[in-house]
Amino acid sequence: MSEVGTIRVRLNGKDRDVDPGLSVRGLLEALNLHPSLVVVELNREILERERYGDVPVRAGDTLELVHFVGGG
Amino acid sequence: MTMTATGSDLDTPFEIGGRTFGSRLIVGTGKYRSNRVMVDAIRASGAEMVTVAVRRVDLDRTKEEGILHHLDPSEFFLLANTAGCYTADDAARYARLARAAGFNEWIKLEVIGDESTLLPDVHATLEAARSLASEGFKVMAYTNDDLVTALRLEDAGCVAVMPLASPIGSGLGVVNPYFIREIKRRLSVPVIVDAGVGTASDACVTMEQGVDGVLMNTALAAADDPVRMAHAMRHAIVSGRLAYLAGRMPAREIAVPSSPREGMLD
Repeated sequence: MSEVGTIRVRLNGKDRDVDPGLSVRGLLEALNLHPSLVVVELNREILERERYGDVPVRAGDTLELVHFVGGG
Repeated sequence: MTMTATGSDLDTPFEIGGRTFGSRLIVGTGKYRSNRVMVDAIRASGAEMVTVAVRRVDLDRTKEEGILHHLDPSEFFLLANTAGCYTADDAARYARLARAAGFNEWIKLEVIGDESTLLPDVHATLEAARSLASEGFKVMAYTNDDLVTALRLEDAGCVAVMPLASPIGSGLGVVNPYFIREIKRRLSVPVIVDAGVGTASDACVTMEQGVDGVLMNTALAAADDPVRMAHAMRHAIVSGRLAYLAGRMPAREIAVPSSPREGMLD
């Protein structure tokens, strides 16, 4: 069960309780992530950056937040 | 001449997928001991194209540590990779995420088939190459030094085919120069040797096979002094390229004097 007043989502492979009513953009901001440097996959579909502000985070969503790291 | 030689009278332009690059050296960004050293080494290498990996943001860290906080994407051409993927589907997923980052539609396709050698799964690589090319990606495919696979990858629409010199991170140099030469002879798209170069002589010997470029990461990142090694690699790539274009003298197992036999004193 999620904490009272929160919703549970699967975020980067871990369960996480977040505030209800957040957009994807709001979630990124709550996590101190810059939307222009993060790519979001929502329930296995890539979410276009222009839609971050419009798409709500819902209970049970699976989100992957990825970015570029060093690699060869 | 400039140190890169490409674009000068001494060398032909280095083009991949309709884009011209000023250096035949492509470098990775992984495994450096610090971001400062990474950026200094990449600048010293003269490389324009740099590879990056796609990974989850670490949400447990207080500060986001994406590479773009250190590497200016307006200074370098970013080539995202699918490193760590073992299936065609996974590789395609990573490629699409990389493209969604919004920089370009280029991808270094890498589908691994064996964990201990990191040798590629060429069947899965081919499958992913076909589907990504049809989605408009410019695919640069990491593969083994097998001619038939290289030909198939070209047919699949790859903008470059990238056979290994030796296993990733091994630093063993070119273990089969004949196969590398044969792949270069037979393909029309650029051939970039990716993986296995350990030191400057390896890079030079690789370029002397006639290939279009070299991609390396560990040789710089794991050197005692990555910045100095990056300078060495920049020279080595140019040296090997120019030596190839110059056409070497025939090797023969007999001495031939360089000074005249005539005119000797009695």
